[in-house]
Amino acid sequence: MDRNHPQHQVLHMRRSLFDQGYIDKEQFIQLEELQDDANPNFAEEIVTLFYTDSARLIQNIEQILVNRPIDFARLDDILHQFKGSSSSIGAKKVKEACTQLREYCSAENAEGCMRTLQLVKQEYAVLKRKLETYFQMVRQVG
Amino acid sequence: MMENGFSSPRNDTFPAGLRVLVVDDDPTWLKILEKMLKKCSYEVTTCGLARDALCLLREKKDGYDIVISDVNMPDMDGFKLLEHVGLEMDLPVIMMSVDGETSRVMKGVQHGACDYLLKPIRMKELRNIWQHVFRKRIHEVRDIESLEGFESIQMPRYGSDQSDDGYLFTGEDPTMRKRKDCESKYDERDCGDPSSSKKARVVWSVDLHQKFVKAVNQIGFDKVGPKRILDLMNVPWLTRENVASHLQKYRLYLSRLQKENELKTSAGGIKHTDSSKDSAGGFGLQNSMNSHHNDVSNGSYGFSGGNSFVQNLNPKSLDCEKKEIVSVPITETKRALTVDIPNPRKVRSSQIGFESSFAPLGGSQVDFTAFASTTIPTRYSWSDVPEVQFRHESKSTQLEDGFSQLPPSRSQHHIQADHIKPVPSISFSSSTADRSNHANHATSTESAIDPLPVQTKNHVTNHQAFDPLSTTALSLKNQGFNLSCISDLESTQRNISSGIETLLPSLDEDIKFCWLQGDYLAMNLGLQDFPEYYDPGIVSEVPIHLYDALRHDYDNPCDPTEYSLIEQGLFIV
Repeated sequence: MDRNHPQHQVLHMRRSLFDQGYIDKEQFIQLEELQDDANPNFAEEIVTLFYTDSARLIQNIEQILVNRPIDFARLDDILHQFKGSSSSIGAKKVKEACTQLREYCSAENAEGCMRTLQLVKQEYAVLKRKLETYFQMVRQVG
Repeated sequence: MMENGFSSPRNDTFPAGLRVLVVDDDPTWLKILEKMLKKCSYEVTTCGLARDALCLLREKKDGYDIVISDVNMPDMDGFKLLEHVGLEMDLPVIMMSVDGETSRVMKGVQHGACDYLLKPIRMKELRNIWQHVFRKRIHEVRDIESLEGFESIQMPRYGSDQSDDGYLFTGEDPTMRKRKDCESKYDERDCGDPSSSKKARVVWSVDLHQKFVKAVNQIGFDKVGPKRILDLMNVPWLTRENVASHLQKYRLYLSRLQKENELKTSAGGIKHTDSSKDSAGGFGLQNSMNSHHNDVSNGSYGFSGGNSFVQNLNPKSLDCEKKEIVSVPITETKRALTVDIPNPRKVRSSQIGFESSFAPLGGSQVDFTAFASTTIPTRYSWSDVPEVQFRHESKSTQLEDGFSQLPPSRSQHHIQADHIKPVPSISFSSSTADRSNHANHATSTESAIDPLPVQTKNHVTNHQAFDPLSTTALSLKNQGFNLSCISDLESTQRNISSGIETLLPSLDEDIKFCWLQGDYLAMNLGLQDFPEYYDPGIVSEVPIHLYDALRHDYDNPCDPTEYSLIEQGLFIV
């Protein structure tokens, strides 16, 4: 098969998402397996939900970190949610960043929190881009 | 998709149709779980808020089989929700979290969670959740049975093989309480000492349970509700929730009996004798249910082949409720049971009304209306059993045989869930025969129990036992039928697989319903006064024994305060 063949590209990209640790293979495959006639694009639907949810959570985190005093308890809650959400699509790097952030949060380290938040946002942005590209390709392939 | 209850492993319809309520504030997970559960052929309802979940659960008691909830909910702590559900609805609850910390998990279990799943959750984990429902049901039945003083005797024949079907109970001391794995129904304390805990679980002692049953009977099964029961019981420390939960279990138990009965009747050969005979030596399936015979003795209830046909046992005429035990000796294991079952869909709100001396307590009667389609006549032909025709009459005594939907050919081995229709309700009322209870307890079709196709594999064997058709116990279908289809099906399945035959020996002052299931699983209903019935060794003799008892004893009034039809136990032999 031609390397540039769209199907090949899709597979390649998928594989690299896994290999590079962006996405947990098992979880993602499970999402794909849930696809059926009723939900032919189930994986993509879930990922889209994830974007919405994440955007909201990130916004909440930012708001907390802006306020003084920082409500670490609430932050911890939100991070817990974010972790849960990330696990839904297997967003590994995002989840790891959240865990780190959570550690700073337990330590009530505002500085550490703010720094790590940037990391979370970054990982999220990268992942989102990749996934969007991936699904675009998937749709093109049909 | 079949909504089977617990079918035997051979039947792969269960656990399809399991009704799951998923509660999670994470929309992504909610959607994934919903999809996964649907793939497992479960029926899924989702909720993003704990309070919404509680609303749904309260609105539709018995509308769900199991709840899966995330631990972290914004409006309510997941553990709190767990407690509520356990207390009020007594459903199995599975907790979920992305956090797998042991202390959290432990907390979940302490609060009564059946299981604690870690996110990301895999489909295979969800596939297995039905086990919790199943387990709980078995335990519930056992609880109630032990309260009812039944003793179960394990059928040696089936051995452990039966345990899959969930219906074999090993002989146990009725007072023995079992700890369930996820919830303990019985606390150490004796009387529901409220100080304890969040669980506030009540120990339902035999006495307490009898008070409960008595209250239920007094109120009238169709009118029963936790508050009224509670008032009547007059037990100060007992709460409405305790009663509600117990009532729910009781209903499930009764529905299970009914299923067994149906199963049994359809499965076994039932010998029908003219029920109007007093001493019908055997059991007659009375054709016209309406008549109330004063000679309760007849009380032969027969459910034949899936027609839960309850014969009207002398209802009001008896001054005291008497328990009739009807036993139908079957000389042959049922085999080809051919039943023409009326279309299940025609089943009315399945109610089985028994009017009989079967112990309405306090003068109320247990009305068993066979739930069946309005067309009752069902012909069952067993190879060795005379054909019995049941005529369904619309008087109160009639049995609407919800179970009459046995498929004509016995070769049908599975229960068709879609045939399971309304569960007959037992209404205790002091009305006379002319009451047709159906109206009251019309349950939605959903709760209807249809005659289950008999699963012949198990039962057909050589049961020498008779099949007393005592639908009385069976017919104790709760009024209102909150029983979900699943539970019905479950019990049905169980019954079917085990092939229950019921015996209703009548004993002095005692009514025993013996349900011989398949291999004579018989649960001894009634009191411990007749220990001989508990003797496993007696199994083979039971039929005769009971038969005789039937013959002689039906006129014995039983002490109404002690026995009620509902208190018939299942005698598992």
